Amino acid sequence: MSKIKIPPVLRPSTGGEKEVSADGGNVGEVLRALAGQHPATQGQLFGEDGSLNRYVNVYLNDEDVRVLDGLDTAVKPEDTLVILPAMAGGR
Amino acid sequence: MASGADFIRKVKEQVREVDPKEVHPLVQSPNGVVIVDVREQHEFEESHLPGAKHVPRGHLESRIEGAAKDRSARVVLYCASGNRSALAARTLEQELGYENVESMTGGITLWKDRGYEVEVPRRLTPEQRERYSRHLLVPEIGIEGQLRLLDAKVLLLGAGGLGSPTALYLAAAGVGTIGIVDDDVVDLSNLQRQVAHSNDRIGMPKVDSAEHAIHEINPDVEVVKYQTRLDASNIMEIIEGYEVIVDGVDNFPTRYLLNDASVRLQIPVVSASILGFDGQLSVFAPYEGPCYRCLYPTPPPAELAPSCGANGVLGALPGVMGVLQAIEVVKLVTGSGEPLVGRLLLYEALSTTFTNLKVRRDPECAICSREPGSISDEQMGDFPDYEDFCSG
Repeated sequence: MSKIKIPPVLRPSTGGEKEVSADGGNVGEVLRALAGQHPATQGQLFGEDGSLNRYVNVYLNDEDVRVLDGLDTAVKPEDTLVILPAMAGGR
Repeated sequence: MASGADFIRKVKEQVREVDPKEVHPLVQSPNGVVIVDVREQHEFEESHLPGAKHVPRGHLESRIEGAAKDRSARVVLYCASGNRSALAARTLEQELGYENVESMTGGITLWKDRGYEVEVPRRLTPEQRERYSRHLLVPEIGIEGQLRLLDAKVLLLGAGGLGSPTALYLAAAGVGTIGIVDDDVVDLSNLQRQVAHSNDRIGMPKVDSAEHAIHEINPDVEVVKYQTRLDASNIMEIIEGYEVIVDGVDNFPTRYLLNDASVRLQIPVVSASILGFDGQLSVFAPYEGPCYRCLYPTPPPAELAPSCGANGVLGALPGVMGVLQAIEVVKLVTGSGEPLVGRLLLYEALSTTFTNLKVRRDPECAICSREPGSISDEQMGDFPDYEDFCSG
């Protein structure tokens, strides 16, 4: 099971959970497993064609998966995925 | 027993002397020649030859190697009139084995008479020495860093949650000019976190209230107030001339607009955002590291962009993030440490976790993959549903 860190804006879709564990051999499998557990995250993470939405950054540990192999990037159980949409609050 | 004057005359016969007119070209292109001022500290501080190293004659033997390590290098010594430098030249040659030492005839007095340029080092006033003494004690800042801070022009976008602590600490640090852009007035609900404002200033424009707070800490700071909203029509005019911009704006359209304008003018942006118990921080240094569009090429849809409405935030959270911004500004201005360029810091207050993520430059970036001059006015701040974004 890999850890997925859920950003504040997605927490309403995970029942308030800040960290979710999910199974999968690569980034796509882990994120789809997350969407299986919390269906509300499906549309926020993935476009209709199944690719990752461009406004969502996903990091495997500290590296952007887009500079790795994207959704095909291999994930080990001890890895942490960080989901990071843009935030703009300043006040 | 010879008189002092006789002794000096004799020493001058033993050392090589050089006329100021031969030293003058060396100031422009030293080519490995070391010019050393052997006068006392207060004389050196008043004025000296440009680029001269300072080794007072009383510390000659113990400190000369710090200025001229190579004993075969050409070393030109000078003092006020050429006497002390002749004595020092003899010491370097006869006692310390320097092979190529000269003493400048007539010293800095003759140099000035010839109309050659001198350097007048800037000094802190006694009051500044006292005020910034804890900075002066840190080698990474020191007097040079403090002088840079005093010369610095930093622009704060927003005098709210993030802008308040940043303004206070940058004022305390002695940043010479602080510009503040904010069109809002102080509201009671701001005071839970916006520490630059106060109860008796409710209803006052935030730029005025922030100016008041800044001057209470440090009256020497020049505050430039822009009581307006940053938009495409005024951004270039406002941000030009600032050396660092601190971004604490609360909406995406302005963040994209700011990014594009700051890339075009090549001004680094220290950017932070906050929500609930979570904060993000990064430094976008144009063409050196990624820009905001490299990190977020596309803004999220409105339902995932909670910046638009009022959202809860822990009062101390913008304190943490704003002070981190102030530290990044000081690092950029003084050139110390490694600014948070190409990295994104996440702070999760509830778990007390700091996470560093790598941010890469996007070779296809719509803005920073291009030359700054080729970014047109029309493309700046290009943003889907620019007008409707927050109303939708």
